[in-house]
Amino acid sequence: MNRIGELVGSSQVIVTCGSGGVGKTTTAAVLAIEAARLGRSAVVVTIDPAKRLADALGLDGLSNEPAEISGPWPGKLAAMMLDTERTFDSLVATYAGSPDQAEKIVSNRFYRNIAGALSGTQEYMASEKLYELHASGDWDLVVVDTPPSRNALDFLEAPNRLARFLDHRLYRVITAPTRGIVRAVNLAAQGFLRSVGKVVGGEVIADAIAFFTAFEGMDEGFRDRAKRVEALLSDAGTSFVLVASPRADTVAEASFFAEQLQRHHISVQAMIVNRMTPDPGPGEPSADRLRAVEFAGTDLGAHFAVLADVRTLAAGELEQLAELTERISPAPVIRVPMLGVEVHDLESLATFGDEVFGRDGSGPR
Amino acid sequence: MDPAQFLTAPRVTIVAGKGGVGKTAVSAALALAASRLGLSCLVIDVDGRAAVAALMGIATDSYDSVELVAAGPDRGRVTARVLTPDDALVEYLRDHGLKRLSNRLVSSGAIDMVATATPGIRDVLVLGKIKQLERSAEADVIIVDAPAAGHAISFLRSASGLLDAVSVGPIEAQAREVVEMLADPDRCQVVLVALPEETPVNELVDTAFSLEEHVGIRLGPVVVNAVMEVPAGLEVAVEAAVAAAGASLDVDEIRSLRTASSFVAERGALHQIQVERLAGLLPLPQIRLPFRFTAELGRNDLEVMVDRLLADIESLPEDA
Repeated sequence: MNRIGELVGSSQVIVTCGSGGVGKTTTAAVLAIEAARLGRSAVVVTIDPAKRLADALGLDGLSNEPAEISGPWPGKLAAMMLDTERTFDSLVATYAGSPDQAEKIVSNRFYRNIAGALSGTQEYMASEKLYELHASGDWDLVVVDTPPSRNALDFLEAPNRLARFLDHRLYRVITAPTRGIVRAVNLAAQGFLRSVGKVVGGEVIADAIAFFTAFEGMDEGFRDRAKRVEALLSDAGTSFVLVASPRADTVAEASFFAEQLQRHHISVQAMIVNRMTPDPGPGEPSADRLRAVEFAGTDLGAHFAVLADVRTLAAGELEQLAELTERISPAPVIRVPMLGVEVHDLESLATFGDEVFGRDGSGPR
Repeated sequence: MDPAQFLTAPRVTIVAGKGGVGKTAVSAALALAASRLGLSCLVIDVDGRAAVAALMGIATDSYDSVELVAAGPDRGRVTARVLTPDDALVEYLRDHGLKRLSNRLVSSGAIDMVATATPGIRDVLVLGKIKQLERSAEADVIIVDAPAAGHAISFLRSASGLLDAVSVGPIEAQAREVVEMLADPDRCQVVLVALPEETPVNELVDTAFSLEEHVGIRLGPVVVNAVMEVPAGLEVAVEAAVAAAGASLDVDEIRSLRTASSFVAERGALHQIQVERLAGLLPLPQIRLPFRFTAELGRNDLEVMVDRLLADIESLPEDA
C-alpha cells in the first residue's frame, strides 16, 4: 500500500483542496471508494459535481443526506451533494430556543440571503456537514471536497467568520434595549440606517433588523459550535490533501493553499497531481530537435518534432512541481497521468484509483 | 469579420468559462490582439486578483489602472485594473454626494450588512463601474475576465435580480442601467471559453443557454482553448516511419517516440471529437486556439494565441 493508501486507511476526515478544474471532486470520490475497498465505512461530500460524475455516484441532488452506493467493496460507501441552505436551516433549528424562533429566522429574507448568497456560507456549511457526519459516529471516514475557493482560509475560518458577522457591534446597537445612553447611540445608528436605506431601499434594512432581533440568544450556541468545527479541522485524525494539475497557475494556487494551512499549523498530508503528461523517458529535447531536422520531410521527422515538444512539456511540469514538493515534504506527491478517458463512471473511477494508489490495474478491484 | 470591428463594436467583451479552461489566457490574448491592431485596451479583473497582469509578469491588485503594454507606433496601450465591490461602492457613493455615508459604511463594517441585505449588490456595483467605463470610452476595447462559470451567470444576472428586490433609490437606477448595457448587442458581448473535453464542453453549452435565457446578452464566438493539433506524419506508426526514413534507432528511442506520438495522436483525436460535438450542440462560430507544449504560458505562447485569434476572427462571417 502506498502512503496515500495508508492515509485513507487511517484518517477520520480528509479534506481535498485545490483550484477549479483540477479534478478535486473526482479525487475526493476515489479516496472514499478506496476506504470502502479497505473495509471502512466512508462518505464523500461533494459540492456541485459535474453531472456525469454525480450520476455515477448516484447523486440526484435532491437529498442533503448520504445515499449509499453499492459496489464490489467489503466496506460501505455513500455520497452526498451539499445543500448549503438546508444544512444552514437545520443548524438554526438545532440552536433555536423554540420551533417558533427557528421558523421566524428561516422565513426572514435577510436570513435567506445569508444562507443562500453570503460569501463564505458554502465553505461554512461544508465544514458544518463534515462535523455533523463525523460526530454521528456512523462513518469511519468523511471525505469532503471543498468549494473551489482561491483561499484555503475561507474553509478554515468560515465558521468563525459567520460568528463574527453575527457578533458585529452595529447589530448589538440595533438590537440593544432602547433606554438612556444606549437609546442615544441607538438613535444615531437608526439615522445611519435610514441613510443606508435611502441607497438600497428601506425594506431591506427592516428585514435585517428583524433578523437580528429574532436571532438574539442563539449566537452563543453558534459560536460554540464553530469552535468545535474548528477543533475537528485541526485534529490529528483530519488530513488535508492538495489536488493540483502540473501547470504554473494551479501549482501557484496549491502553494498558496499549503502556505495558508501551514500558517494554521495544519500540515498537508499528501498532494495528488492530476493530468500529468506521460514521460517519454531519458533524453533531451534539443537532441530530438536535431533528429527532427535530420529527418525533415519524412514522417519520422514529424515524430521527432512531437517527441521534443512532449519532452519539453513533461520536464516543465516536473519543474513546476519541484518547489511545492519540497515545501510539503515529507508528504507524498502522487502524480497521476492524463487518462485517455474522462472519469465519470465507477469503472473509470477504478482506473483512476489504480493510478492514485499505485496498482497495475490487473488485480481485483 | 474585421478584427478591429469585432473588438470595438461592442466595446465590452466579457470572457467567461469554467475554472482551469484558460479564461485568463484568452483575455490576455484578446487584449494583446487589440494592442496589435493599434487599439487601446483595458483589462478588468473582478475576482479580486489581477490574473491577466500576473500572466504577463506584472504583480498588481490595484483598483486603479496599471500599464501592461505601453503605447507605441504599431501598438495600442494595454492597462489592467481590479474592480472590487467595496471600492466600487465607496466610489459610487462619493460620486453621488454621499461621501460621509460611504466613510461610515467602511469604518463601521456595515458594508457587509448592506451586501448581505441586498444580494447581488456587489456584482451590480462592479458591473455599474464597468458600465461607467464603457460610457466614458475609457479605452477602445474593454475586456472583462469574468468569474468562473457558475459565478459568471449569477454575476451577470445580479442586476436583474436586484431590480426584483429593490424598487427605489440610486442602486435601483444603477441596476437598470447595467441591465440595459448587458442586453445591448452593440455595447457588450460574452465570449465563452472551454477546453475540448467532455465536461468543459457540457458546462459551456449549459452556460450559453442559461445566459441566453436569463440575461439576454449577445453571445460572441466560443473559444476552444488548448486544442491538440496532430501534425501530418503522425498517422504513420513509429516503426513504419523509421523504416521509411531508412533510419536505425535503438529500442529506447523507439519507445520514447511511441509514448510521445501516441499521447499527441490520442489527445488530438479526443479533442477533435469534442470540438465537433460542441459545434453540434451550439450553433455559434468557434475560434480554436492551439495547445501549447509548456507548463507555464510565456509571452511567446500568448503571441501565438494572438496570431490564431486574429486569423480566426477574420474568417468569421460578417454578422457573427
